[in-house]
Amino acid sequence: MSIRHSLLALLESGPMYGYQLRTEFEARTGGTWPLNVGQVYTTLARLERDHLVQAVSADAEGQQHYRLTDAGRQAVAGWFRTPVDRTAPPRDELAIKLALALTTPGIDVEDVVRRQRTATVQTLQDYTRLKTRADDAGDIAWLLVLDSLVFQAEAEIRWLDHCEARLVRYGAHRSEVTRTEAAATRTGHAETLSERAGARVSAAIKGGRR
Amino acid sequence: MSGTRPVLELLDITRVHGTGGNVVHALRGLTLSVRAGELVAVMGPSGSGKSTLLTLAGGLDDPTSGQVMVEGADLAVMSRSQRAQVRRRSVGYVFQDFNLIPALTAAENVALPRELGGLSSRKARREAVASLAELDLAELADRFPDDMSGGQQQRVAIARALIGPRRLVLADEPTGALDSATGESVLRLLRARCDAGAAGVLVTHEARHAAWADRVVFLRDGLVVDETGPPARVDSLLGLGAQ
Repeated sequence: MSIRHSLLALLESGPMYGYQLRTEFEARTGGTWPLNVGQVYTTLARLERDHLVQAVSADAEGQQHYRLTDAGRQAVAGWFRTPVDRTAPPRDELAIKLALALTTPGIDVEDVVRRQRTATVQTLQDYTRLKTRADDAGDIAWLLVLDSLVFQAEAEIRWLDHCEARLVRYGAHRSEVTRTEAAATRTGHAETLSERAGARVSAAIKGGRR
Repeated sequence: MSGTRPVLELLDITRVHGTGGNVVHALRGLTLSVRAGELVAVMGPSGSGKSTLLTLAGGLDDPTSGQVMVEGADLAVMSRSQRAQVRRRSVGYVFQDFNLIPALTAAENVALPRELGGLSSRKARREAVASLAELDLAELADRFPDDMSGGQQQRVAIARALIGPRRLVLADEPTGALDSATGESVLRLLRARCDAGAAGVLVTHEARHAAWADRVVFLRDGLVVDETGPPARVDSLLGLGAQ
C-alpha cells in the first residue's frame, strides 16, 4: 500500500498535521489498514524532502501543518490516473502453503484446502455483517473497501474449489503414476514424483503470475 | 409458542435414488436443524446433495430413512393431504427462475398460498398487499411478472414464500439469474426476513451470497463435511473498522 500517495491524496482536501492525517486516513478507508503515527511523520519528512509537501506555520497548539506543493498536486493526479501495478503480486502465503503441502510427505492437501475454505467463508460472513452496518450508516467509502475484501475472499474460495476439483483428478492420475514410478526406481531412475510435482507446481505458479 | 424448537429438523436423513447397479446415495445420514431467526446456507459441488436436501425439507420428496420435522411435525408419517397442508401453511419456496405465475399480478401471486389455505380472496389480497408494503414492494402490487425486473420478481417471490403464518423459506440458488448488485438486494431481503423471525435455508454456489447466512454448511457426497462456527469477532475485526 502506498502511504506516500495516500497522504498526498488526503492533503488535496487542505493542510493537515500528522495525527490528523492518520485519523483521516483510517476514517476514509474504514480503519482496514491502521497506520502508526510514526509512519506518518517519517513519510511526511520524506515528502517534504522531495518537495511534494511544504510545512506551513504551526497553529496555536503548536501542530505542524503540511500542504501540497504543485509537484505534490501533480503526483496525486498521476497516482489516480495510473493503474495499480499487478505484475509483481505480493507473496501469497496460501499459494505457497498449498504448493508445499502437495510436496510434503504426510500432509493431506485436501484437508488443508477444506480448512482454509471454511475459514475464508467465515471471514466473508464477518465482512458481510460489517457491510450491513456500513450500509445502515450510509458510509460509502467504507462499503467500497468492504466490497473489495468481499470479492477477494470470494475469489480465494472459488480458487480453493478449483484446487479441490483439480486434486481429485490429480489423485486419480497419481495412483497410476506411482505404479510407473515404482517400476522406474527399480530400473534406476532417481527422480521422485514429489520432486517432479514440486518443480511443476513452482513453474505453474511462476507462469500464472505473468 | 414453540420458543426454542427448531423450525426445521433433518435427523439422520438418507436418500437413495435408483436400484441395483444404478444406486445413487444422494444423502447419507445428514442432520441439520434451523431455528427461527436463523439463515443457514448450504454449499457444495453439484451432486453433493444440496437440492435433495431442499426437496426433502419442503416435503416434496421422502427420505429413504430418517426424519424431516417441520415445526415439530414429522412429514414422513403424514398422509399426502396432511403434508400438502403443512407445505401450504409452513413452507415457502424461492427458486432460481422466480416461478411467479405470469397471469397473476404480484399481489395475486403473493395471495395465492393464503387463498389455497382457505382464506377469502379479499382477506388474502389484503394480507398480500400489506406484506408487499412491509418489504417496500407496494408499488409492484398490481404489476404482472413480465413487467418486473428479475430482482423485483425474486423479492415478490420471497414475499410469497413468507406470507401468513409461514416461517420456513427454502431458497434454491435464488440469485442465480441476477447481476451481483441485484442478487445482493435479494439476499438482504432474505436476511431481513430471517432477522424478523423466519427460518431460512439457502442453497447456493456463490460464497458471497452464502456469507449472508448465520451458518454455512458444506456438503460433500451427501454428508456435512464442515460448517462455519458462530458469528465471530465483528467488533475486533479489521482494527477500528467496526467502531
